[in-house]
Amino acid sequence: MNRQLLKKITGNQLFIPLLALILLALINLIADPSFFKVTLGTNNAGNPVLSGSPITILDYGSELAILAIGMTLVTAASGGQDISVGATIAIAGSVMLRVLCGTNTRPDTIQAPIIVAFLVACLVGMLCGAFNGALVSIFKIQPMIATLIMFTAGRSIAAWINNNELPIVPDPKFQYFGGFIPGIPIPTTVFIVILCVIVMSLVLKFTNLGLYTQAVGINEKSSRLNGINPTFIKFITFVILGLCVAVAALIKVSRIATINYSVIAKDIEMDAILAVALGGNSLSGGKFNMWASILGAYVIQFLTTTLYKFNVQSDALAAYKAVVVIILVVFSAPKVREYIGQFTKKLSSGKAVKGEAK
Amino acid sequence: MNKNKLMNKIFYKMSDTNLLLVITVVIFLLLYIGAIIFQGGGFTKPQMFFTILNSNAALIITSIGMSIVMISGGIDISVGGVVALVSMCCAVYLDFHGGSIFGSILIALGIGLAFGLIQGFLVAYLDIQPFIVSLAGMFFARGMTTIVNTAPFNVENEAFNKLKLTRINVPGMGSYNRKGIYIPAYVEIGVVVALIIVVVLFLVLRYTKLGRSFYAVGGNKQSALMLGVNVKRTKFLSHVICSLLAGIGGYVYFLHVGSGAASHAAGMEMNAIASSIIGGTMLTGGVGNVIGSFFGVLSLSTIQNIVAGAGLDDAWWTGITIAAMLCIFLLIQSVVMWQKKKALNS
Repeated sequence: MNRQLLKKITGNQLFIPLLALILLALINLIADPSFFKVTLGTNNAGNPVLSGSPITILDYGSELAILAIGMTLVTAASGGQDISVGATIAIAGSVMLRVLCGTNTRPDTIQAPIIVAFLVACLVGMLCGAFNGALVSIFKIQPMIATLIMFTAGRSIAAWINNNELPIVPDPKFQYFGGFIPGIPIPTTVFIVILCVIVMSLVLKFTNLGLYTQAVGINEKSSRLNGINPTFIKFITFVILGLCVAVAALIKVSRIATINYSVIAKDIEMDAILAVALGGNSLSGGKFNMWASILGAYVIQFLTTTLYKFNVQSDALAAYKAVVVIILVVFSAPKVREYIGQFTKKLSSGKAVKGEAK
Repeated sequence: MNKNKLMNKIFYKMSDTNLLLVITVVIFLLLYIGAIIFQGGGFTKPQMFFTILNSNAALIITSIGMSIVMISGGIDISVGGVVALVSMCCAVYLDFHGGSIFGSILIALGIGLAFGLIQGFLVAYLDIQPFIVSLAGMFFARGMTTIVNTAPFNVENEAFNKLKLTRINVPGMGSYNRKGIYIPAYVEIGVVVALIIVVVLFLVLRYTKLGRSFYAVGGNKQSALMLGVNVKRTKFLSHVICSLLAGIGGYVYFLHVGSGAASHAAGMEMNAIASSIIGGTMLTGGVGNVIGSFFGVLSLSTIQNIVAGAGLDDAWWTGITIAAMLCIFLLIQSVVMWQKKKALNS
């Protein structure tokens, strides 16, 4: 009975990311209990803001969490990953700045309402997604290779859109999205993530998207025989990812009110894929759990923040991250779990034999 | 009509690997001849070709490793990181510890082998997705490079610099400069190493049991297992070979640039994947050719040179043209395979 319960808990997809989260929290608690201190202060503009490591994690993990939502769907449907999200963020961000600032790079006022800029960016993000989606679904090119095109061209296109200049948005309101709204001490990004998650869960609840995505991921041929259009499902997941990318671009650009084409969202595609993998989702498609991926995204951010706390250089961060990733992945590999399962069984059966002997 | 029939026969009789190879070689030749005719300049001199070889010897070696992994159905995105790590470690060893050339070569091979053994074990025997394993490998290599030494620096070891500047003249090739002095075309040592590796691995892939088992495993794991191929060992070896080649490529890269820096070989893994694809390797596995990857690298770099030579010196053009070329190649591959499948089914 007890063992069954244990199996149920360890078998849950949320187990690995939750365990990682708890372990990280424990390490921090032992090393420095003040890690979890959250203080209410005021920022430069005189607005009340919450600060502290947990807030930092929630704040800076939001782009990753939003991307993880879209990446989970793409992974589930096509059994491959989109490696162009970082480059597409650069494109969407660049378009946003272009609309906001016009041809002048240092305007005194913004040239278009922020909502228009955001909508245009969404459109561009979805177009990029549609391009990738068309290559994957219609031309049957493997996702990683198809998105390699956008990956190579993305940052160049982003620089080309703004003529390689770096416009600065003059309106302080634009910075609310990546910072704080006056009077509200919680980072705006947290609300954006919650909004995205609510919208996505509503979509998954009231449409067949989730079910169809899994069906296509598990077996494309049989899902087609059951009347699902795999081409369309794959295509639409890439378009949704494009939308997520546009939202992430809004946050990224809003944080600094400008853009740096070669650095913005660099390597974020790797982190997004990692978030999906850490969430226990199979990278070869099929069943997925969106919540686990989002949790995975926050685990990565938690890890990053923890390492910064331990005074690790930002360039050397990757090495430590790699070690943690390998440990997590090895322990969540089905094969290793099987071995461990057999081992514990042997141990417990050994005990049982001993008990009988007594 | 008759000729058309013959063409069709050749088209359908050829294996996927050879068909894609022919497409690659033809496109490279068209590109290069087009560059000579329409752009002239540097392209008319034979040295241009050898300069392309010189600066891409490391990429050729890593692309070949990448192709082998891709043929056997995996992927390795850690090669760029390994190249950077190798050049940094060798640079530190030569300059700060007064090391010898022989020792530095051993270091390069050792790093490559270590990455290959660990990644190969995780992928083949623990069934973890190669993408995630090599992603971690990339993170680790890049991070370690900074930990070994943060600041970039040039190597001032005498024996090494002598080796670095060694030039091998190509007989019968050369050009006259403005003063009418004959300058023979030259290649660096790295190119010789790269060419030897191309030939050896071409033979291995074509004529040995191991080489054929790479194709068998990549084409269909189940049937390879039925045929008695040791699937796990083959996968393991493909990763070992790839990382070992990345180590050798790292040393060749180091020999070409003569410095250690954490930013070295940035994006090389993606260039290697792109060259392999342009060279006709398919990520689904089972299809590909080492010679194709060699021409893939040459095509990629010819495009870069054309873009640079055409006065489009804005940096973004290179990215866009390479992406456009990649797109065209992928579409050609996709359409060719689709046509062939249709013909076979009818």
